[in-house]
Amino acid sequence: MLTLVSQLVIGGADLCAAFLFMFGLKRMSSPATAPSGIRVAGLGMIAAVAASFLYLFTVDAAARPHMMVNIGLAVTALLIGGVGAWFVGRKVAMTAMPQMVAIYNGMGGGAAGSIAALELFGGHTQGITQLVVTLLGGLIGAVSLSGSVIAWAKLDGVIKKPLRVKGQQFANAAVMIASLAVAGVIVASSLGASGLPFTTSTWIWIFFACALVFGVLMTLPIGGADMPVVISIYNAFTGLAVGLGGFVLQNPALMIAGMVVGAAGLLLTVLMAKAMNRSIANVLFTNFGAEAKAKPGAIQGNERPTDASDAAIKMRYASSVIIVPGYGLAAAHAQQKLYEFVKLLLAAKVSVKFAIHPVAGRMPGQMDDINDDFATTDVALVIGANDVVNPAARSDKSSPIFGMPILNADKAKQVYVIKRGQGKGYSGIVNALFYSPNCNMVYGDAHVVLVKMIEAVRGLGAAAA
Amino acid sequence: MNFDIAMTGFVALYIFTLAAFAGWVIIGNVPAILHTPLMSGSNFVHGIVVVGGLYGLFNATTPLEQAIGFFAVLLGAGNAAGGYAVTDRMLAMFKTSDAKPKAAHGHGHARVHHLKKS
Repeated sequence: MLTLVSQLVIGGADLCAAFLFMFGLKRMSSPATAPSGIRVAGLGMIAAVAASFLYLFTVDAAARPHMMVNIGLAVTALLIGGVGAWFVGRKVAMTAMPQMVAIYNGMGGGAAGSIAALELFGGHTQGITQLVVTLLGGLIGAVSLSGSVIAWAKLDGVIKKPLRVKGQQFANAAVMIASLAVAGVIVASSLGASGLPFTTSTWIWIFFACALVFGVLMTLPIGGADMPVVISIYNAFTGLAVGLGGFVLQNPALMIAGMVVGAAGLLLTVLMAKAMNRSIANVLFTNFGAEAKAKPGAIQGNERPTDASDAAIKMRYASSVIIVPGYGLAAAHAQQKLYEFVKLLLAAKVSVKFAIHPVAGRMPGQMDDINDDFATTDVALVIGANDVVNPAARSDKSSPIFGMPILNADKAKQVYVIKRGQGKGYSGIVNALFYSPNCNMVYGDAHVVLVKMIEAVRGLGAAAA
Repeated sequence: MNFDIAMTGFVALYIFTLAAFAGWVIIGNVPAILHTPLMSGSNFVHGIVVVGGLYGLFNATTPLEQAIGFFAVLLGAGNAAGGYAVTDRMLAMFKTSDAKPKAAHGHGHARVHHLKKS
């Protein structure tokens, strides 16, 4: 009876948790509802963890004599792991956040790997499907663990440089094939193959060792700038490993949460790579960093396009914005729309200023005041202006506009440029601003773009209501 | 009556397929500003692995199993608690724009167009 009730309560709590996780993630995908999203997901976690203590009423007869020790171990592990990670997560500097995500993700991968190890060493898996899934989950979890630790070490400055050796990709492939081969041996031995040089448990140790080494090798050559994408991949990996572990443990909450994160993490990785103008294959296999710097010519990098809505939401949550209107604004008859957009920003308590260049109708000298402000501004929005924000006028003596007074829009933390398309400005000079790392391009007619921006910010208000 | 869930291969595949689709749809159309917090939030969600660790530890019978189970719970709890703490802090910047610290305004913009909420 007690067993039955326990199963019911655990099932119910896990169902709630699975629902709350998905609901929480959905809320986290819009800025207006995001802070409550994590709370919702947190509730689900508390419910699932609390209910899991009811597993004590369902344990096998063999484990009963060890119950008190196991409870002690569980409570100790929960307290040390939970409280420790909580305090570190609270105290650490905001700038150290990415590496914290990496390390916590690695812990999740390690936990999923450990669960697979438990099943393998205990011989709990039934049938070949479960065995293969367990091995797969263990492999992915272990790779995620060691890979995330390396990612953390890189972001934290413990490992300073990407480590690249000739033939590295072959070594990586060899280790990967080795771990798959060992997995094959474990499956074979479970099917009764004899004449193997080691016992099954030795093979299991070798298997996990190979997987951990692979995670390290795979991450070492990747440059620090690409780490967010890599962490996102490992995040998806851990989700997948947890989902597979859930299948082995016959726990649908783990399956659902793991698989949702696996898929969401994968999509998120694609989006992040796109925002950085990189492909995932590029990040993983071509040793970024060295390659990007090798481009010839004075101007490096690419113009990086972004969506109007992304830019609008960034401005909505900035504390200060400076708008640089240019000829393109007038040409598109978008002044009215700009006024509407600015009203929305002001309603959100964003400080908005305008910086107007002399060639756009003001006298020289009038822009000196605002020029010092760019450095302390979150976002500069350039609308249909080009030469008047070209930093080459300040720095490049060979530039035909060298010495011309310009607006220092490039000094803002983030610059968005609304522009009809790629190409040069009135003077026919390439604008270095468009290629700088803090600048994103929003291509399109100023009127159309501003309408999209207004919609994006209004949409936030609707989502919050 | 038995409330144990019979997870045959196909039921599991259905669950995986639907969950993967749900994850994909839920994240669709997310603005770039939320990429990192959302990665952190989904990182928290897979902290549910701690439940699997607890299950394994409670059923452990040998010292090796107990050690691995302890390790699993320890790491899983770290994933969940740390993931929550970090995500919550990241999302604090979206809480209410009223409480947000304002940037310094500087002086002497008399001749520059300077819109402020009146």
